[in-house]
Amino acid sequence: MPPIDFASQTIWQLDVCNACRYCEGYCAVFPALEKRRNFTYGDVIYLANLCHDCRACYYACMYAPPHEFGVNIPQTLAEVRQQTYAHYALPRIAGRLVTQHWRLLILGTLLGTAFFAALAILMGDSGGLTAASVGPGAFYKVVPYSAMVLPFLVLAGYALAVLLMGAFAFVRDVGGEWRWSALGQAAGDAFTLRYLQGGTGDGCYYPADRTSHARLILHMLVFYGFLSATAATIAAFVLQDILGELPPYPLWSVPVVLGSLGGVAMIVGSTGLLALKWRSDRAPADPGTVALDWMFLVSLDVVSITGMLLVAARETSAMGVLLILHLATVAALFVSAPYGKFAHLVYRYAALVQHRLESR
Amino acid sequence: MHDVVVVGGGNAGLVAAISAREAGASVLLLERAPRWQRGGNSRHTRDIRYAHAPGEPYTTGEAYPTEELLQDLLSVGGRTASQTMAELVIEESQTVAEWMSQHGVRWQQPLTGTLHLGRTNRFFLGGGKALVNTYYQMAERLGIEIHYEAAVTDVTLQDGVATGVVLGDRPIEGRAVVLTSGGFEANIEWLKRYWGDAADNYVVRGTPHNDGRVLSAMLDKGACTAGDPKGFHAVAVDARAPKFDGGIATRLDSVPFGIVVNKPGRRFYDEGQDFWPKRYAIWGRLIAEQPEQIAYSIVDAPKLDRFLTSLYRPYQDSTVGGLAAQLGLDPAAVECAVREFNDHIVPGGQYDAARLDTCRTDGLDPPKSHWAEPIDTPPFYGYALRPGVTFTYLGLAVDEYARVRTQQGTLTNVYAAGEIMSGNVLSSGYLGGFGLTIGTVFGRMAGGEAAKHAAN
Repeated sequence: MPPIDFASQTIWQLDVCNACRYCEGYCAVFPALEKRRNFTYGDVIYLANLCHDCRACYYACMYAPPHEFGVNIPQTLAEVRQQTYAHYALPRIAGRLVTQHWRLLILGTLLGTAFFAALAILMGDSGGLTAASVGPGAFYKVVPYSAMVLPFLVLAGYALAVLLMGAFAFVRDVGGEWRWSALGQAAGDAFTLRYLQGGTGDGCYYPADRTSHARLILHMLVFYGFLSATAATIAAFVLQDILGELPPYPLWSVPVVLGSLGGVAMIVGSTGLLALKWRSDRAPADPGTVALDWMFLVSLDVVSITGMLLVAARETSAMGVLLILHLATVAALFVSAPYGKFAHLVYRYAALVQHRLESR
Repeated sequence: MHDVVVVGGGNAGLVAAISAREAGASVLLLERAPRWQRGGNSRHTRDIRYAHAPGEPYTTGEAYPTEELLQDLLSVGGRTASQTMAELVIEESQTVAEWMSQHGVRWQQPLTGTLHLGRTNRFFLGGGKALVNTYYQMAERLGIEIHYEAAVTDVTLQDGVATGVVLGDRPIEGRAVVLTSGGFEANIEWLKRYWGDAADNYVVRGTPHNDGRVLSAMLDKGACTAGDPKGFHAVAVDARAPKFDGGIATRLDSVPFGIVVNKPGRRFYDEGQDFWPKRYAIWGRLIAEQPEQIAYSIVDAPKLDRFLTSLYRPYQDSTVGGLAAQLGLDPAAVECAVREFNDHIVPGGQYDAARLDTCRTDGLDPPKSHWAEPIDTPPFYGYALRPGVTFTYLGLAVDEYARVRTQQGTLTNVYAAGEIMSGNVLSSGYLGGFGLTIGTVFGRMAGGEAAKHAAN
C-alpha cells in the first residue's frame, strides 16, 4: 500500500488527461503527466505539487462533472497536495495537525501570548508592559533580549528542520535526483511565479471562469513582502549584533523601511487573496485545501497587521501589548509552518526542480 | 422580437451570433444543451484547418496555399461536393485564424502526436470547450441573449418567409433565422433507417443532443439536401467508451502495431497500410462492417509503448489463447490468426515507426504492409474496438450566402452554418479540422447576412 492512499478516481482522472492531452499548453502538469504511461505513487505526489491551481484545465475540460468521467484535476490534485503536507511533516503524529490546523494556530497564538506576557511580567522592567518606553532597547524592557531571541531561534530552527526533512523525503519518493542547474532554473520559475502568469500570459482563472492577473499580483505582494520582512529581520540582526545599535530603529532605517514595505505588501496581498478566494468558484476547489489556504493567509495577515501597528504605536503605551501580540502571532506562524500551506514553499519548489530535471 | 434567432450554440452558432450582433442586430441564441454541455460537437474539437502564407505562428511556419487545401479537400471529398462552395470556404479560411484571435481565442503549439497537422492546422489553447467558453463570454459581453436547454423543434415559415422558430410549444419571433444545430449522429433511430440494428452497436463520440430535429423539420418542409444521406464519419474507439460524449479520450492508436481480428477471430484489413493519422478515419467504418460491429486489436509486450496511452487498461494475458478467451473470442481461431500472421512476416525487415518501413508480410490475405513484427512476446494485450461515430454528412443545401434552398426556391431569411450544411462542401470523406473551418466561415457569413436582412 502506498504511503498516501489516493482515491482510485485520482489515477482515473490522470488516465483521461493522458488520453486527451488538450490542456498541454496550460502549465507544467500536462507535459509532465504525458511522459508517463502508468502513475506511481511518486508520480502522483509530484504532479500534485506541480499543479498551481490555476483552474484553466477545469474550465476547458469537456469531461468535468457532471460528465460521467468526472475529471476535476485542480480539485483532485489539491486533495493529494494537502495529503502530501500531512504525510511528510514530522513527527508522524504531527501530520494530523494539517487537518487540525486551526487548533494549532489558535493554540500557538494563545500559548505565545501567555508565554511572552509571563516573561514580560516576570523578567521585564516593572511597568514596561503598559508604560510608554522609548529609546534604544525599549523592546527589551518589555521582553528581555535573550528571552525574545532564543524561543524564536528554536521555533525557526524547528520549522526549517521539519520542512527540509519533509522536502528531502519527498524528493526521494519522487525521483531522488537533483542537479545544480535544475535548482537554479526552478528558483527562476519560483521567483518569477512563472506559472501564475498562465499558458499565454493571461493569468489564472480566478475568481471564476475567465483569466485575470489578480492572483499573480497578489501572490507577488505576499511573496516579496515576506522576503522583504525577512530581509528586515536580517538587517536588524546586523545592526544590533554586529554594529551594536539597539532597536527600535528610526523610521528611515533599513530594517524599518524593509519591514514596513514587506508588511504593507503582505497585508494588501493576503487580504486581497482572501477576498479573491472568498469570491472564487468552489467547484474546482478541495474544501480541505481551501481551509488551509485561508488559515495561512489569515495568519500572515495578522502577523503583518500586528507588526505594522507595532511600528506605528511603538512610542505609545500600547507598545508592550502590541509587541507581545506580534511575537505570539509570529510564533504561531513558525510553529504551524510545516503543517499547513506554508509548506508549499518547499514541496512546490521540489516539484519545479523535478520538472526542470525532466525537461532537459 | 429579435432581429436574428440562432438555433444551436456550437462554434457555427456562436460565430453567427457574434457576427450578427457586431453588424448591429439584436440576437437570441438558443442552445439545447444544459450550460455545462453547451457547444455541441465543437467542445470536442482542438484545431482548425486554414490556408495561409508562410511565417504564421503556432504552425510550422510553412505555407499552406489555397490550391493545396483544395487538392486535399478534393482527394477526400467524393463526387457531389460543390467546387464553388469548396473554393469559397478555402478563400475565406485565410482570415479565420485572425478573426478568432480578435475574438479572444488563444493558441498553442501542435499537441503531442499531431505532427501531421502541424503545418496545416492551428490548435487553440485548451481545446474546443475553451474555444466555446471564449465565444460565450464574448457573446454575453456583446449583449446577445442566450438560453440553455432550449430545444427548438421547428421553424415557422409563411409563404417562404420565416417568422421565427418553435421552442417546445412556444413560438419565438425573429426577422431572420440561422440554423446551426448540427447533424443527427446522436439519433440512433435515424441511423437505423440506413444501417438497421447495427446502429445500436455504434458509439457516438460527440454530444448526445445532435438528434437532427431541426434538420428533419426543414427536410419535411421541402428543404433540398446536401451530402451523402448514409454518410457518417467514424473512428475506432474503445468498446468500453460511453454511448455518448466520450470524445477524443476514447480513441485507440494500437491498430498499426499489431493485428486486428473480428468476432470470428479473423483478420479483415491491412493494419499497416499507411500512417495511422492517415488511416484512423477509415477504421470506424471498417469495424462497422464487421459482424456485431466489433473488432479486436492485439499486440504483444514490446508494442505497448509504441502508441499513445489508452484511457482504459488493455486486457492482458500470458498466452494468446487466454487473451482471446478474456475478449470473448474463440481461442483456437485467434491463435491460428496470430500464428498465420507471424509465419508470413518477411524476414529481415527494419522496423521504423517514423517511416513506411520494410516490415511486411508476404502471401497473407489481407496483407500487413508495414510495421509487421511477430506477436510472440508475452504478456499479450488486447482491446475491443467499436465504430465511434463523429458526425453525419446529410444536411441542408445552401447558396453562396448561406441561405437555405428548398424545392420551392431559396428562402430569403433562413440561413444555415456548420455541420447542418457541411455536406455542401464535403459530401463524404474526412479532413481533420475542416469542419470547424466550414462552421466558422459560414457562421460568419450567415450571421452577417441575417443581420443585413433584418436591417432592411
